Amino acid sequence: MIETFNPGSADEAGAIVSDALAAETPLEIVGGGSLRGIGRPLETGYALSTAGLSGVSLYEPEELVLRAGPGTPMSQIKMQLDQQGQMLAFEPPDLGVLMGGDSEQGTLGGIVAGNLAGPRRVKSGAARDHFLGVEAVSGRGELFKSGGRVVKNVTGYDLCKLLAGSWGTLGVMTEITVKVLPAPEKTRTVLIECADAAKAVAAMTQALSSPHDVSAAGWVPQAVASRSSVSYVSSTQKALVAIRAEGIGSSVEARCEALRDELAAFGNIEELHSHNSSRFWEEMRDVRLLDPVEGDGCIWRISMPPASAPELLGGLHNALDMEAFLDWGGGLIWAHVCGMADGGSYVIRRALGTGQGHATMIRGSLEQRLIHPVFQPEPAPIEKLTRNLKEAFDPHGILNPNRMYDGI
Amino acid sequence: MRMPDPDQDVLARRLDIIAALRKIVPVEGVIAEEEELRVYECDGLTAYRQLPMIVVLPETTEQVSRVLAYCHEQGIKIVPRGAGTSLSGGALPLEDGITLGLGKFNRILDIDYGNRCVTAQPGVTNLALTQAVSADGFYYAPDPSSQIACSIGGNVAENSGGVHCLKYGLTANNLLGIEMVLMDGEVVRIGGKHLDAGGYDLMGVVTGSEGLLGVITEVTVRILRSPATARALLIGFPSSESAGDCVAAIIAAGIIPGGMEMMDRPAIHAAEAFVNAGYPMDAEALLIVELDGPQVEVDELIGRVEKIARENRAESVRISTNEIERENFWAGRKAAFPAVGRISPDYYCMDGTIPRHRLSEVLNRMTELSDHYGLRVANVFHAGDGNLHPLILYNANNPGELEKAEAFGADILKLCVEVGGVLTGEHGVGVEKRDLMGEMFTENDLNQQQRVKCAFDPTQRLNPGKVFPTLHRCAELGRVHIQGGQTRFPGLPRF
Repeated sequence: MIETFNPGSADEAGAIVSDALAAETPLEIVGGGSLRGIGRPLETGYALSTAGLSGVSLYEPEELVLRAGPGTPMSQIKMQLDQQGQMLAFEPPDLGVLMGGDSEQGTLGGIVAGNLAGPRRVKSGAARDHFLGVEAVSGRGELFKSGGRVVKNVTGYDLCKLLAGSWGTLGVMTEITVKVLPAPEKTRTVLIECADAAKAVAAMTQALSSPHDVSAAGWVPQAVASRSSVSYVSSTQKALVAIRAEGIGSSVEARCEALRDELAAFGNIEELHSHNSSRFWEEMRDVRLLDPVEGDGCIWRISMPPASAPELLGGLHNALDMEAFLDWGGGLIWAHVCGMADGGSYVIRRALGTGQGHATMIRGSLEQRLIHPVFQPEPAPIEKLTRNLKEAFDPHGILNPNRMYDGI
Repeated sequence: MRMPDPDQDVLARRLDIIAALRKIVPVEGVIAEEEELRVYECDGLTAYRQLPMIVVLPETTEQVSRVLAYCHEQGIKIVPRGAGTSLSGGALPLEDGITLGLGKFNRILDIDYGNRCVTAQPGVTNLALTQAVSADGFYYAPDPSSQIACSIGGNVAENSGGVHCLKYGLTANNLLGIEMVLMDGEVVRIGGKHLDAGGYDLMGVVTGSEGLLGVITEVTVRILRSPATARALLIGFPSSESAGDCVAAIIAAGIIPGGMEMMDRPAIHAAEAFVNAGYPMDAEALLIVELDGPQVEVDELIGRVEKIARENRAESVRISTNEIERENFWAGRKAAFPAVGRISPDYYCMDGTIPRHRLSEVLNRMTELSDHYGLRVANVFHAGDGNLHPLILYNANNPGELEKAEAFGADILKLCVEVGGVLTGEHGVGVEKRDLMGEMFTENDLNQQQRVKCAFDPTQRLNPGKVFPTLHRCAELGRVHIQGGQTRFPGLPRF
């Protein structure tokens, strides 16, 4: 049974980490718990929950800035932003259901710690790109801050970048400041029937290279498309390329029309309007169109150069019992691999190669996550820098020890 | 400005070091004659000058690696230098240091439209990146005003911005991969043509690290399709308050312009006298708002912005109807620095960022400071993101006036921090703002940053004396101070 501490302030969080350091007792850092299954299994007897570090302490819509505790539920942030017609432009996903739990459990701290991003990543960046300032407790029990509340800031090292995507292994964030942006007035999606992955990537590349300001581009094979709750998508019985345009009404209409003309050569074309477009991209964002319930499969998230996607996908399909779809214009593969003891780890990592991208086992069994690398293995000189950085922030391995790599 | 004490032992070995470097790089790539070293004695922050011990201009990554490995082994300091346009003294030489210039790394290596990115050597200028792809309708978004001269490697070191960064981001948001040489000569590749990092975001922390973590030898950036069209509005206001209100109202209306620049009366007058852009001479504040994107969108948003401007007491509104007019609107803003240079023998360019709604308060306080110091100030302002560039006018030939300008500048930056902003928005800390870091950061904050430095460069030979006001030894910073066991919160459960 894990005992959980619930600090109500940054100072309390600091005191708990200091005590843990003195007692040489590692801590698991937990927000809403929805991403707890990502990473190597932890073996800590104690947890530090950020639930008490919750609430929006500053939101100035005209300044495009929001500051909140890491334990603030994403649903609360979304509600406050909705009221002002704003959003987190990196489209934070809700992976709760994918991870085998419920939706709407996620917190701001989890999104930032995982550096997660949805389909709009391709246009607007990931959590890291919107993370303006942080206050955190290091594994030394010291409270430190970095960044600020303004977008233009090069004062000192940008430690926010390091904390984003560090999965709680470098610091316990106690306050997070993010950039917010106006939400688009309108959204529409152009759907193109296209069964071939190479052709699909070509269509997405053409769309993303056009002046039509495309905000998302993905490809779903027929079996994946058939699970969509949007009937226009599921009823086609076809693999589909989806291209999204957002913005003011007149502009979205004009751009979709131009995209339809320019992409007509790739296949038959349909269009999703407002609600259907939003719902489809939510399904893409939250990875709801794969079917992880079936069997004991692993879920992988593979980031690579978009032009490499067709060949990589082909190779993986030949070697694995796998279902997959593409996001980020082909730069992201979400894959569900079945029937492999290692979850497909060996095949995927060998096919991806070194320095050509990264693959993360987002969902796997305890045993798979213990034995096979969850995060992309790093070449020796990079691994050394990673260890040095862990040492710089958390020399005694108090925070989420071993979650990312052995000793990290 | 106090720099680390020169190492007399290194200075005594100067001739040996020159000979050793000439075995690594071609003979002409090692500069040791005083008149040639003079070229490198300062960067864009000309108030600070120091002759480097030696300048070395390697031509390949392997040469950079061997130079650094040699210096690491010999205990010699290195100052990396791109195009030398830094306004914060980031490339200020050290008396006992080798300035490592990347000027010979000037080739574009790969243009990859399939992955929408360009790979270039670090000495390629920012503008050359855009020019390499513009015929095909693409561009590289960050556009610092020195883009004709500044290099992409320097942009990474400083995390450079530009007038378009509210909408399109800074260097950090447009960078996909780097090759970098660590102080011990190790060559590392971070990122590539894909998005985000698999482990820690090393590229994120290297960006803006001002040449203290490694020497960048290759850069991959994403390129964007050029917007279909761009149009600008030139709006005159009776006060900076109304201009500030207009900026807030535009953003509150959900509009993120491609560029949004403000100038105050002294800047307007200096610019107009210089380029005759047709700026309204009776305005207290001038706003240039540029909308870019699809034609229909730009046309509609121009109308919305005009309406917002009139609701916020705009006294004059001009809208560009063609490219010549649009460029003319920008001509004055783009020439603002040289224009100020014409009305004053010297000027000192500051670079703070503030929360936008504090603008008029900051401008008023700046006027008070201007009276106090007896020095004039002109302001240009990246209004969308709150990045303020006050230009302090002075005459270096008047004894004590440079010091007065610096004290005025420091007061402005302290004011920026006081209202919730930061010391530097895009020019970097360098040596210029080094000793002001304590205004913004606690000792804990700075120690944690220096530990990151130690993770990359444990002997601290790379660009020492920049960014951090106090240099601690890495071993000292690495020590863990255990304070637990006497917790200040007795209510908490104990281990």
